[in-house]
Amino acid sequence: MAERITDDIRAVLGEHGRLAVDVASLTDQSNLYEAGLTSHASVTLMLALEERFDIEFPDRMLRRGAFASIAAIRAGLEELTGAGA
Amino acid sequence: MTPLAAAGSLVDTARRIGEAVAAPAADAVDRSARFPHEAMAALREERMLGALVPRNLGGPGATIKEVAASCEALGRSCASTAMIYAMHQIEVACLVRHGLSSPYFRDYLAQLAQHEWLIASATSERGVGGDLRRSICAVEADGSRIRVTKQAPVVSYGEEADDILLTARRAPDAAPADQVLVLARKADMRLTRTGEWDTLGMRGTRSLGFTLEASGSTDQIVPVPFPDVASQTMLPVSHVLWTSLWLGLATDAVGRARAFVRAEARRTPGAVPVGALRLAETVAELGAMSATVHGGLADFEQHQDDPEALGGMGFALRMNNLKASASRMAPEIVTKALAVCGISGYRCDSPYALGRHLRDAHGAALMISNDRVLSANAAMLLVHKDD
Repeated sequence: MAERITDDIRAVLGEHGRLAVDVASLTDQSNLYEAGLTSHASVTLMLALEERFDIEFPDRMLRRGAFASIAAIRAGLEELTGAGA
Repeated sequence: MTPLAAAGSLVDTARRIGEAVAAPAADAVDRSARFPHEAMAALREERMLGALVPRNLGGPGATIKEVAASCEALGRSCASTAMIYAMHQIEVACLVRHGLSSPYFRDYLAQLAQHEWLIASATSERGVGGDLRRSICAVEADGSRIRVTKQAPVVSYGEEADDILLTARRAPDAAPADQVLVLARKADMRLTRTGEWDTLGMRGTRSLGFTLEASGSTDQIVPVPFPDVASQTMLPVSHVLWTSLWLGLATDAVGRARAFVRAEARRTPGAVPVGALRLAETVAELGAMSATVHGGLADFEQHQDDPEALGGMGFALRMNNLKASASRMAPEIVTKALAVCGISGYRCDSPYALGRHLRDAHGAALMISNDRVLSANAAMLLVHKDD
C-alpha cells in the first residue's frame, strides 16, 4: 500500500512538480524545495494530489513542511485516507 | 519603566520627530528626491533604529505594534521617512526573530542597538523581477569565506545604509527558490550604481539600482531558510508596517481636508460648506482603512509566536488581503481629500496641498504589485478551504 502511494506521489511530482532534477534521483526524504519546487508549483502539486487520491487537504496541512518531501506527503495522505495506520 | 510607558514613549518620540523634523523637510525631500537625513538623524539620536532589539541584547525590546504605531505617526509627516524607518525595522525584525540562535547575529544586534545602524534590503533582482521567492545570484563559499554578486534594480537608501540584507541562492548549484538571507556589511561591499530614482512619489527613499558585490563569512548567513523568514516575518511585517504608514499618510491628507472645511465653515457661519458632505464620506473611508490596518496588525500579533499559523495559507491570504486593500484605499482616500480641498489642495504652495500625498499614495499598490499579491491569493484559493 505504502509503496503504491509512493509511486503515485512520484508520478504526480514528475508531472506537476517542475523540479530541477529527475524525480527518480530523489530519495523519499529528499527536500523537494531544494530540488526546485517553488511555492507556485507546490499549489499545482497539491491540486494534482487531491485529484489523484480523491481527497482534499485540510487547511492545517497547507504548509511548506507538509510538502517538503515524498515521505512528508505520504504521511499526510495516509492520515487522510486512513491507510498505513 | 513599564512596557506601557515604553510603548508610549516610542510612539510619542516618532510623532514628535515627525512633526518637528520630518514634516518641515518633507517637501524639500520630495522635490530633490533626497534622503531625509535630518529626520533619520533625529530617529537615530532618539535610539529609534534599535527599537526591536531585545532587552537582553541592550535594546529596548519594542513590539511590532509599537513600531507600527511609530510608522503610522511618521507617515503623517513624511511618507519617505516612514518608509525608510519601516523597511529598516522589517530587516531588524527578520534578524531578531530568526537570527538569535547565531552568536554572530546576537552580537550584531547588540551593536546595532548601540550604534543605531541602518539596514537596507536587496531582495529584488534583475531577471526575476519582483518575485521575492526566486534568486539568480548565489552564495559562493570558499571555506568559511563567502561572496555574492547581485544585480539589484532597487535598493532603497542603499547608499545611506550601514548594511544590506540580501537574498541569494544557497549555493551556485541550488534551485532558484532555495534561498538564504545574507547580511552584507558596508565595509565588505562594493556598490556600483546602475540606476537612478526619479519617480512619481516616495522620492526620498532613494531606491537606486546597484551592482552589489559583497564578501564576508558564512556566519553572515541567517541560520533559517529564507522561505521561512519570508512567510513568518518579512512578508507579514512588511504588510503590517507599510499599511501603517499608508494609514498615516491618508490620515494627514484627511486632516488637511478637515482643516480646509473648518476654515470654510468659519468664513460662512450658518452655511454648511460644499465640501462637508464629501468630507464626511472620506472620514468614513479612513475609518474603514484604519480598521483594516489595525485588524491586520492584531492578526499578526495574535499569531506572531506560532510558526505553524504564520506558515499557513490562511494567514498568508489575510496578510496579502491587508496589503491589497490598504494600498487600494490610500490613494482613493487622498483623491477624495483632494476633491474636498479643491484648488487649494491642487496647489503646491497652500497649507492644504495634497500633491505629494497623492503621488506617494500611488506607490502603495505598486511596491510589491497588487496584481502579484492577488495572483498569489488566486493560486492559494485553488486549494485553501477556509475550514
